[in-house]
Amino acid sequence: MKIPPGVSAGDFADAIKQFEDAVGKEWVFTSDEDVALYRDAYSPFWGEADELVASAAVAPDTVEQVQKVVRIANHYKIPIYPVSTGKDLGYGGSAPTYSGSVVLDLKRMNRILEVNEQNAYALVEPGVSYFDLYRYIQEKGIKLWVDVPDPGWGSPIGNSLDRGGGYLTALYRNHFDSHCGMEVVLANGELMRTGMGAMPGAQTWQQYKSGFGPWIDGMFSQSNFGVVTKMGFWLLPQPDAYLSGTVMVPKHEDLIPMIDILNWLENTNCTTGMPFLGSPLLSRGGPLSAGGPPPDAELTALLAKPIATTLNELDAYAQKKGVGFFSCTLSFYGAAEANAANWEFAKEKFSAIPGAKFVDGQSYKLPLTDEQKGNVNVPLFGIPSLRMFSIGARSEANPTPGNGHIWFAPIIPRTGEAIFEANRVFTDAAKELNLPVPSFSLPTCYWERGFIYLFGFPITHDIEANKRNRAAFDRLVQIAAQHGWGEYRTAPAHQASVMDTYSFNNHALLHFHETVKDAIDPNGILSAGRYGIWPKHLREAKG
Amino acid sequence: MRRAGKVLLAALGFVLLGTGPATGQDSSWTLFPSHGQESATPIIQRGKEVFQNLCSGCHGPVIKNASPGIGATMPGTDALAAKYKGAKPAMLEERTDLTPQFIKIFVRNGVSVMPRFRKTELSDADMEALSAYLTRNNKP
Repeated sequence: MKIPPGVSAGDFADAIKQFEDAVGKEWVFTSDEDVALYRDAYSPFWGEADELVASAAVAPDTVEQVQKVVRIANHYKIPIYPVSTGKDLGYGGSAPTYSGSVVLDLKRMNRILEVNEQNAYALVEPGVSYFDLYRYIQEKGIKLWVDVPDPGWGSPIGNSLDRGGGYLTALYRNHFDSHCGMEVVLANGELMRTGMGAMPGAQTWQQYKSGFGPWIDGMFSQSNFGVVTKMGFWLLPQPDAYLSGTVMVPKHEDLIPMIDILNWLENTNCTTGMPFLGSPLLSRGGPLSAGGPPPDAELTALLAKPIATTLNELDAYAQKKGVGFFSCTLSFYGAAEANAANWEFAKEKFSAIPGAKFVDGQSYKLPLTDEQKGNVNVPLFGIPSLRMFSIGARSEANPTPGNGHIWFAPIIPRTGEAIFEANRVFTDAAKELNLPVPSFSLPTCYWERGFIYLFGFPITHDIEANKRNRAAFDRLVQIAAQHGWGEYRTAPAHQASVMDTYSFNNHALLHFHETVKDAIDPNGILSAGRYGIWPKHLREAKG
Repeated sequence: MRRAGKVLLAALGFVLLGTGPATGQDSSWTLFPSHGQESATPIIQRGKEVFQNLCSGCHGPVIKNASPGIGATMPGTDALAAKYKGAKPAMLEERTDLTPQFIKIFVRNGVSVMPRFRKTELSDADMEALSAYLTRNNKP
């Protein structure tokens, strides 16, 4: 049995015995076979001595058991690492950030404590998955939608604490922003509720976020300051109808006004769902295209050159073929008549771009029928799915799949100018790092005020390839930071290097995190190293 | 040129556009599709529930006549179709050659992008039930 670093074998044996007393012997896992189940399936350290692995796992069923486990860990100074469903693949999964920690597996805490249709919220425990919550709502005929991430088998608590996102209206698709109230077990075992929940008998814990005094909920996201055991979430009342529509603009420079108009439309709530950017021209015949015609010889020849040198030629080709250079698909959730009016208004605004064309998209009265569900990307309708795993899985187009991926995901300004600049920077970086050079990459629009690029790095079981990829990833983090672009979230392997780029005024923010950490978790037992925040004794050990 | 590996470029942005206008209308989409309606013993019935809850999101039936794009995919079934090329059924529920040991190896170790399942997600008893379900049609 692996022993946590800094803990004696005797103390660990005593603690394991006490963990067993607290949660039941069958829910303390110490055998090599059982502990191996907690390995990060998408670990970029796979098979290396540095792989982040657990020493044991403890799976409590109640808040009281969580408190007992935390108190035992605090007494023996045993590092513990809470996970909810452990499905945060690409961001560490169920493995700890500090190797040798005991995983606090909260999957058994899977109670849906309340779904309130009148005020459109849910209160859940960490082990509840998006599938669980969706199923519960469907079975009870409640007319509420859950904004789901993709894939959707993680937990609302875990995903929101890691600041994941979905697809519905801006209020909901930022999953941390859509939470309302949390319950937290602190490192000393004390139980705390935030927001209105701090008032005994509060009737609005899930209806008013900030309560009274400093609003501290954010301190428990992407951090290691407590174990969140309950969280409330605002849910979207089932809309009347859905409509989508796509605008296509003919020239590459039209991207700039297209984004400006998109931002105006979204920030005035004309369009409500997550927009999608595309390039009908550049995605022609690509492996991820929607089945359009393959590129002809002329386009193939143009795409073989660095795109920065062929933009004007591509403009001419797009014009000749009547193909849009860039596109943006809008979606509307609301009354059918309002959706149609908003789409017409959006067309009017985009028509300021000469040559803009429009294609009406899907239009559905909600809820969808089963037949309709077969023709849509269901997460856009609040339905969890695992189909996103088709990216990277074996297929006819990908006969030799890898072993997962991690995302390099910088936030850039929500402007067309920034997209061109990012392409220039990342194309140069790809050349420097011997990475495949993209023709042109478009960001995603999860967040309404900033773009996010998603570049997938494959995980392999080839140690040398993983080492090269880790080095390239860290270099990309640095290059992005030099341009003022920061990662929104990252895998444990890169959390410290990303945190290092948030260094304004000699790392004042990290120093604040460390001050808080030392004050509320003086023994440094909770998720040491998560998001680059290390407890004092380990900072000193690292020098 | 030394390659550090294939990079998937802004994949989400392109994939999700692949949800065009409805075409086919004879798909029978359900959240947890299962195959067949055969009668079952309690352990097989439990195994079927486990399969529906944990496996069918990737290993369910491919949606017929779906519009192209991510919504048309069934990652596990598609992967096995690409692997076996018709030599074996792509759907696990149609296989007759699976063994409990084989199933356990993949469930507890994962493969490719499929992660392993912990005992808090899938207990040993449910593992046994899942095996009973997926081997129910094996010939003795």
